[in-house]
Amino acid sequence: MSVDIPTVKKIASLARIAITEDEAARIAPELDNIMHWIEQLGEVDTTGVAPMTAVIPNHLRLRDDVVTDGGVRDAVLANAPQAEHGFFTVPKVIE
Amino acid sequence: MTDLTNLGVAAIRDGVRDGSFSAREVAGAFVANVAAAKVLNAFLVETPDHALAAADAADAARAAGETPKPLAGVPIGMKDLFCTKGVPATAGSLMLEGFTPPYESTVSGNLWNAGAGMLGKLNMDQFAMGSSNETSAFGNVISPWRRSDGGNAALAPGGSSGGSSAAIAARLCPAATGTDTGGSIRQPAAFTGIAGIKPTYGRCSRWGTIAFASSLDQAGPMARDVRDCAIMLENMAGFDAKDATSLQLDVPQWEAGLSGDLKGKRVGIPKEYRVDNMPAEIDALWQQGIAWLKDAGAEIVEVSLPHTKYALPAYYIIAPAEASSNLARYDGVRYGLRDLPEGAGLQDMYAATRAAGFGPEVKRRIMIGTYVLSAGYYDAYFTQASKIRTLIARDFDQAWESCDLLLTPTAPSAAFALGEKSADPLAMYLNDVFTVPSSLAGLPAMSVPGGLDAHGLPLGLQIIGKALDEQGVLNAGLALEQRAGFTARAEAWW
Repeated sequence: MSVDIPTVKKIASLARIAITEDEAARIAPELDNIMHWIEQLGEVDTTGVAPMTAVIPNHLRLRDDVVTDGGVRDAVLANAPQAEHGFFTVPKVIE
Repeated sequence: MTDLTNLGVAAIRDGVRDGSFSAREVAGAFVANVAAAKVLNAFLVETPDHALAAADAADAARAAGETPKPLAGVPIGMKDLFCTKGVPATAGSLMLEGFTPPYESTVSGNLWNAGAGMLGKLNMDQFAMGSSNETSAFGNVISPWRRSDGGNAALAPGGSSGGSSAAIAARLCPAATGTDTGGSIRQPAAFTGIAGIKPTYGRCSRWGTIAFASSLDQAGPMARDVRDCAIMLENMAGFDAKDATSLQLDVPQWEAGLSGDLKGKRVGIPKEYRVDNMPAEIDALWQQGIAWLKDAGAEIVEVSLPHTKYALPAYYIIAPAEASSNLARYDGVRYGLRDLPEGAGLQDMYAATRAAGFGPEVKRRIMIGTYVLSAGYYDAYFTQASKIRTLIARDFDQAWESCDLLLTPTAPSAAFALGEKSADPLAMYLNDVFTVPSSLAGLPAMSVPGGLDAHGLPLGLQIIGKALDEQGVLNAGLALEQRAGFTARAEAWW
């Protein structure tokens, strides 16, 4: 498996990162090199091994189903690049 | 009077308590050092008012005869990955430039409750991704250390907690917070001749800490010696209902439990850590560390961790996969940067914002993560890596049948020069070869300075312990520290 320029463009699109042709050409061999190095994991026989989901055995706790905060609209919006009328605003998505 | 900035956490705490000096004097001395060391680029934001206010509170409490808080009068540095209310936090990235958290991370809040003050926010690799501090969007941190070869090469302070390590080594603060995902406390500690411990995963709350890889990220202290690390960790750790992975356990009294006597302890030497092309100096230091631990009463045994060589490639699937998910939140809508090209729609805004806000290393890791999680590759990469993670943890479990602790080098070399490895991402990743396995297994591990290389640069030794055995790790660290007698420090040139 090798990572080529079309693959890089596809990954960048999935990751929502705009890239130029030059960047894609530069990144492809880097990722290809890294992924080839990672390929060695295929050597390991993992038959019957469960994937790790929690690094330290720890049961997830349940919380009481209660509201513990709220009413902090101004704090929530304080860092918004653009906010109007108490909402985050984004470019128009429907015509 | 002695220069107060030569004192560590314990000495400052004790001196403020017994009235040898005031907390105000201590804070003032460190504030002055911070202001005079801008060329190191260790601080992104200076907060002298915070440090001085905490100092005044400590002095007022003492004057009123109140019981002193555990860190009363101790000013510290805060890695910029921790959100502190009302102080800008960037995680070293343009993506968060202008972001001022309206909340306090649990770890920083714990430290303020313990009486500590903040000297400022410390520079770091962007989103904690890097081993040299060269990925910060706000310029490299420069190590205060210089090679003794007559050259003046600017050296890496390690990463990602490189602002923390440089600031402590340069006497800009007595201690600082760090975070460790694959070695980001231990490797910079080794590069700058200080101590640092990553506790068991779940000891310190991750709430309010800007996320990189959630199953690995863990906060820990960095300081000049083992005792100071113990004091800091006691005041950072603790159960937090706001972090679902926080361990519901009391915090042990690690400082009170410190002992450098290792009689009855068995220390394992993992044979797989003897990597190809390991510099002779690193191997010699490792042998010296073995002799020191024997002298402290420990029995040395050889152990095998057969999946060690797969830890690093597994890490470079798991960490980027989690990062690609965690960093999806940076889209230009709710906080931080927004890049809205003329006439752009929402999707274009996301892509332009993320292109402009993330540096090359962050983009590289998000893309690796996106790739390994994408349809058709998920099982081959992510599931396989997660299975190998199970095998790595099992290796450690088996090692614990014949030993209590492990001793290894911290990093495969001393600090390298800035720019030396930045063109080759893979060469940079290999720097974490000794620290990543214990991160994948969630185990406590610490680096203590062991000696100097031929160019006069610090080298670190790493102790790895069983889950929740921070005391054992700190004690072995203390035993090494007592015998290494490491007193070298970077001569001020800044």
